[in-house]
Amino acid sequence: MTPLAGFHNVTKRFGHYTVLDNFNLDVMPGEKVTLIGSSGSGKSTVLRILMTLEPFQGGSVSLDGLAYHLPGHKPPFCASERHLTDIRSRIGMVFQQFNLFPHMTVRRNLVHAPMTVLRLSRKEANRRAMELLAMVGLADKADSFPDQLSGGQQQRIAIARALAMRPRILLFDEPTSALDPETVGDVLSVIRKLADAHDLTMILVTHEMGFAREISDRICFLDKGRIIEQGRPDRLLRDPQHPRTREFLTSIPTALSLAEREAMLSIDASATSALAMNT
Amino acid sequence: MTGVLSIDTSSNWAFALSAIPILLHGLVVTVAAASLGFTLALVVGLLFVILRRSRSWLITWPLACFLEFIRDTPLLIQLFFLYYVLPSYGITLPAFLTGAAAIGLQYGAYMAEIYRAGIEAIGRGQWEASVALNLGRRTVYRDVIIPQAIPRIIPALGNCLVSILKETPILYTVSVLEMLNYAIIIGDRTYQYTIPLTLAGALMLIMTTICAYLVRWVELIVPRRGIPLR
Amino acid sequence: MNDKERDGAKMQQSVAFFEYLIGGAKATALVGGVAYLLAIALGFAAGIARAERIPIARTIAFVYVEIFRGTSLIVQLFWIYYSLPLMGVSISPLMAGCLGIGLNSGAYASEIVRGALLSIPAAQLEAAAALDLNRYQTLRKIVIPQAVREMAPPFGNLSIAILKDTALVSMISIADIAFKAQQLRTFTYNSAGIYSVSLVIYFGMALVLLVTSRTVEYYARPKYQRSWSLFRRAAQ
Repeated sequence: MTPLAGFHNVTKRFGHYTVLDNFNLDVMPGEKVTLIGSSGSGKSTVLRILMTLEPFQGGSVSLDGLAYHLPGHKPPFCASERHLTDIRSRIGMVFQQFNLFPHMTVRRNLVHAPMTVLRLSRKEANRRAMELLAMVGLADKADSFPDQLSGGQQQRIAIARALAMRPRILLFDEPTSALDPETVGDVLSVIRKLADAHDLTMILVTHEMGFAREISDRICFLDKGRIIEQGRPDRLLRDPQHPRTREFLTSIPTALSLAEREAMLSIDASATSALAMNT
Repeated sequence: MTGVLSIDTSSNWAFALSAIPILLHGLVVTVAAASLGFTLALVVGLLFVILRRSRSWLITWPLACFLEFIRDTPLLIQLFFLYYVLPSYGITLPAFLTGAAAIGLQYGAYMAEIYRAGIEAIGRGQWEASVALNLGRRTVYRDVIIPQAIPRIIPALGNCLVSILKETPILYTVSVLEMLNYAIIIGDRTYQYTIPLTLAGALMLIMTTICAYLVRWVELIVPRRGIPLR
Repeated sequence: MNDKERDGAKMQQSVAFFEYLIGGAKATALVGGVAYLLAIALGFAAGIARAERIPIARTIAFVYVEIFRGTSLIVQLFWIYYSLPLMGVSISPLMAGCLGIGLNSGAYASEIVRGALLSIPAAQLEAAAALDLNRYQTLRKIVIPQAVREMAPPFGNLSIAILKDTALVSMISIADIAFKAQQLRTFTYNSAGIYSVSLVIYFGMALVLLVTSRTVEYYARPKYQRSWSLFRRAAQ
């Protein structure tokens, strides 16, 4: 099976600071991948490069067989606008700050892009919009404005908006990090519904480890611009091989259950007694 | 019109009352010139800001210098420049239009800044969401950016309008028959400058106040649902 | 003459224009400078008066600001130049020019001052009261340093606005750059050259003001907030 999205030896720099360092990742169609890591590790950058929001300095990226720069050209983007549009038509993205259009109603937020880009008729776009709203549980909010909705509701609308464009791969950039704890659950259940029902490919960046464990096929741990370790969720979270991974997982209070945590910490014999008394 | 000046100098009040209609006649010209100048500025400013966003630095750099030049030099000199220089290139415009053009040019430069600030005030997230939805450039500007920018810049544009109104009497220097010109003419005839000039000032004050209320009214009319204005 | 000679003659002419016009720069700078100082004084007076609790002070300041901000500078200049003598006050053109621009700009300056004072969070004043500082101490140590920092950029812009306004005093027979330019027109028909050189001189002066203003802004900030990007803003 050919990967749907592929990063090969991708390097990305912001000035002198290297964010991604010979980064490699292949995502298979229908796969749900979660990227975890501390801030600055490059996880959001991976998504943004895929979404053509950022250029990259080295290596190659491809989506659905389309390369992000045309052969014979050097990176960063030397693809034409039309080529990039083609790529973008296959990806959707959900942002941490939702980024809904505040001057449009929810309904218009959902139908605007399908009508202008996909050239759907108003009736068809509306029908699809109401379907998606029903799926995220907000059918009654169709004529409200985003500022009348809570953060969790806005994020669910944002997910519906992204789905309205029928992408092949959906990216989630810390979708719940900006939400109040009460609304996080609603958003996560929508994402889970998506993961279970569709064969949509998903790449998720999140700190919600429990959730990641439930829906991912694969979790990748990033550090300093590279994938340090990756694997099936239960394996990675219960028995990480790399010391950096262990360090990261134990530092996040919700990543592991108490028992798992103790088990992992007991591997480092010298520090055990002091730490065990604190957990 | 100047041949029909009938000014009663019997008393101050009679003087004032007979001067007012003449000044109002001039005020119409002042307001007309200001409106034309404002409209020109809106268009010219748009042109400038579109050019400023060009990808080629051969355009943006000289343009930025030119705009700064226009903004930081006196309108009076620019007016004289256009008034005396254009005819030698074959373009003879009536002074009224030259004046409006000069106003349009200088305030267009200011408005380019206002437009730019309005667009940049819109968070990057809106642009990124537009990319994620694969919206074309024109669509993004038309449906996402401009509807959000307009309510934000209306106060600044309104300020420009009031400033233009106050600067229009400068056209007196190129012999446009507007309000100040009439006030000076009355003064020259009667050697009484105080009353006509005071009346001209008062009329201008009334006009700018009306203008300010007009701008506030426009602010309320423009659809600004959901757009954070601060 | 052929093209080269004509260009050479044009250059010579421009230099001659420059030398003549620069004589007007003295008057421009004088009127501008005095008006600026007057504007600062009036600006502070009126700006603080509007924040005061005494109704009379507030009203006077309000009326002053509304009148001088709501009417044209050129009308104000003509009023001072033409009507004051009729009322028995003899005033030289120079004084009229300085006064007119000073009063006009003072109204705008008062808005700058008022805005800067309002921008200081009330919490600062509460903290000062809690620390038992009296009115003078609060003003001197807390309010003024922060307000000055806020005011520096708009006052810089005001200086350039005043520079542009000085061109109007040529209409009340002050021998500034604009006046000299009008005079030159009687000697030669090369209006384009005359006014171009005038604009360049004004622009040069404006650049000096711009750089000065940004430098003042730079030094008005505490060391850790100083940034050279302030100068980039000038180039926008």
